[in-house]
Amino acid sequence: MTDVMDQTSPQIEVRNLKTYFYTEDGVVRAVDGLSYRLAKGETLALVGESGCGKSVSALSVMRLIASPGKIVEGEILLDGLDLLQCSETEMREVRGNRISMIFQEPMTSLNPVFTIGNQIMEAIRVHQDVSRKEARDRTIAMIRRVKISAAETRVDEYPHQMSGGMRQRVMIAMALACNPEVLIADEPTTALDVTIQAQIMELLAELQSEFQMSILLITHNLGLVAEVSDQVAVMYASKVVEHTSTAELFASPLHPYTHGLLTSVPTLGMPREQKLNVIPGQVPNPLHFPTGCRFHPRCPVAEQRCKQEEPLLREVKPGHWAACHFIENGKSPIKGADR
Amino acid sequence: MSTEASKNSEVLLRVEHLKNYFPVRQGLLSRVTAYVKAVDDISFEIGVGETLGLVGESGCGKTTVGHSVLRLINPTEGTVLFQGKDLTHLPAAELRAMRQDMQIIFQDPFSSLNPRMTVGAIIGEALAIHGRGDRKERAEMVRDTMQKCGLDPAYINRFPHEFSGGQRQRIGIARALVLSPKFIVCDEPVSALDVSIQSQIINLLVELKERYNLAYLFIAHDLSVVQYISDRVAVMYLGKIVELADSTELYRNPLHPYTQALLSAVPVPDPTRRKQRTLLPGDVPSPLNPPSGCRFHTRCPLAIDICKKVEPRELDVEGHKVWCHVVEEQITGSPPSS
Repeated sequence: MTDVMDQTSPQIEVRNLKTYFYTEDGVVRAVDGLSYRLAKGETLALVGESGCGKSVSALSVMRLIASPGKIVEGEILLDGLDLLQCSETEMREVRGNRISMIFQEPMTSLNPVFTIGNQIMEAIRVHQDVSRKEARDRTIAMIRRVKISAAETRVDEYPHQMSGGMRQRVMIAMALACNPEVLIADEPTTALDVTIQAQIMELLAELQSEFQMSILLITHNLGLVAEVSDQVAVMYASKVVEHTSTAELFASPLHPYTHGLLTSVPTLGMPREQKLNVIPGQVPNPLHFPTGCRFHPRCPVAEQRCKQEEPLLREVKPGHWAACHFIENGKSPIKGADR
Repeated sequence: MSTEASKNSEVLLRVEHLKNYFPVRQGLLSRVTAYVKAVDDISFEIGVGETLGLVGESGCGKTTVGHSVLRLINPTEGTVLFQGKDLTHLPAAELRAMRQDMQIIFQDPFSSLNPRMTVGAIIGEALAIHGRGDRKERAEMVRDTMQKCGLDPAYINRFPHEFSGGQRQRIGIARALVLSPKFIVCDEPVSALDVSIQSQIINLLVELKERYNLAYLFIAHDLSVVQYISDRVAVMYLGKIVELADSTELYRNPLHPYTQALLSAVPVPDPTRRKQRTLLPGDVPSPLNPPSGCRFHTRCPLAIDICKKVEPRELDVEGHKVWCHVVEEQITGSPPSS
């Protein structure tokens, strides 16, 4: 596997990462040879359908994979530091301090028996040597920064007293309390209504420029990808199948899977006469991936070669990586894919 | 009521002044202390073969509307006329007979199928209940319906857990379709599915509708999906319809400030069209204690004094209905009055 992108010092570089789960039914290859780069101060969107391994890849970066799961191979470089070589003590310095994470469901990731102030303070006190008083002041400032009104009183409230959007703001406050370099946002708005989603994404964009942080955004929503990300990595069956800038990906998707995804969602204002594209079949079971190219049973242009030979992620045109045998001269094998 | 639903067909379903209040009981004697006004005086109609989309954020009452229309819950007030018959006061036996023509597809294909029943039994149950055909004929009808919904009839004796989410949703659709109904309530039928599976199901629903002249009440929170599949769209906010119009008209010319905000909040999968959006402040208020006057006034960027006191009335501009004082003033030119 060659380097995914030739830029100077990425914030996070993942090389050939493999995370497997050893279950009774067999080995689930949840992440299987994943590579991507997240540049400093940028947002990289990791897109894919459920079960494609996007969340497991994020948890691998945090080294939060529990038995029967195991990171079996690869490198995860945080500004040059290989996280897979770090000891557990060293990792604790990284987690929540240099890399933070927010999750999809803010209700289940907050502890219901502690006040939100307590939970944000914990993050500060674990990583920084400050007094209780100072930690509390910083917590209140943080709550204010995520635009929750009446921060002085809300700091003593419990999660159940807040709405879904408010809880996600609390999660963000907790994640950013130690001013991390990288924020991993795993489907941060999937559980929220659209108007609340818009508020949260706006807030994240503001905080990103304020804190100068890089964001790894995990999502299945192509609309969100188009609106907030700089780079995109499309995942299918535990691998990256296409990796390029957001503008390039939407203008000329090269991998047949990406093309299928982009044309199968209705967009606002689309007339009904225009039929939605369909990717036939279903996402493969990670216990039994198809041979060769994992997309071949669903691919409209697959040939014999695709069943036998696995395509590598290669630079098919400057700044545009894709894993498909039939991309030639930077052209998609699907007619009319370049919009 | 205007009759724009019937411009190309007769009215199949007419809902008038529907209200659904759920009592909140509290204290030692569990006395009713308040009411959640989940649906508060809404009216609409659906023509034969027409799709009406119902959008709104969680808790706005859209699912309650879907359930009251089928009388899966009894409405507090109002009438639901299906083919001219008022369902709200129909005796149980007659209601059951009527239900052959009205079915429902649920959101979650995992919890809405009985795990102990085979696919054949799930789909065929309704046929047995309504006494259609004998055993053999019923099995034939089930196979036929499975085929129509893109399921291999050879799987008739399998159990739901042997299927993927998309296939399970097809089982849910087959169950609704097997009685050849005229009307189906689709309650968030694709929101639990993956993107590539979503389009398979949407295409199937569109195809079935055209083939069997079905009418849908399509309930969803995803505006792009609703706008794509519906002929007309009703936007709900806190138990009320705030705007109702032809689906392309609603998208091109949204009049209500809530509809505008909702449309602008939907992320568009096109990076060249990153837009400035109207961000709504705050959260949706509790339906337990909805704001006075126009329920949207607490978050509305255009709200004026009257919005806090007086409920807006229906304004009908050539079939495009909207409930908003400010829009009314802009269009009619006269200040809103009580």
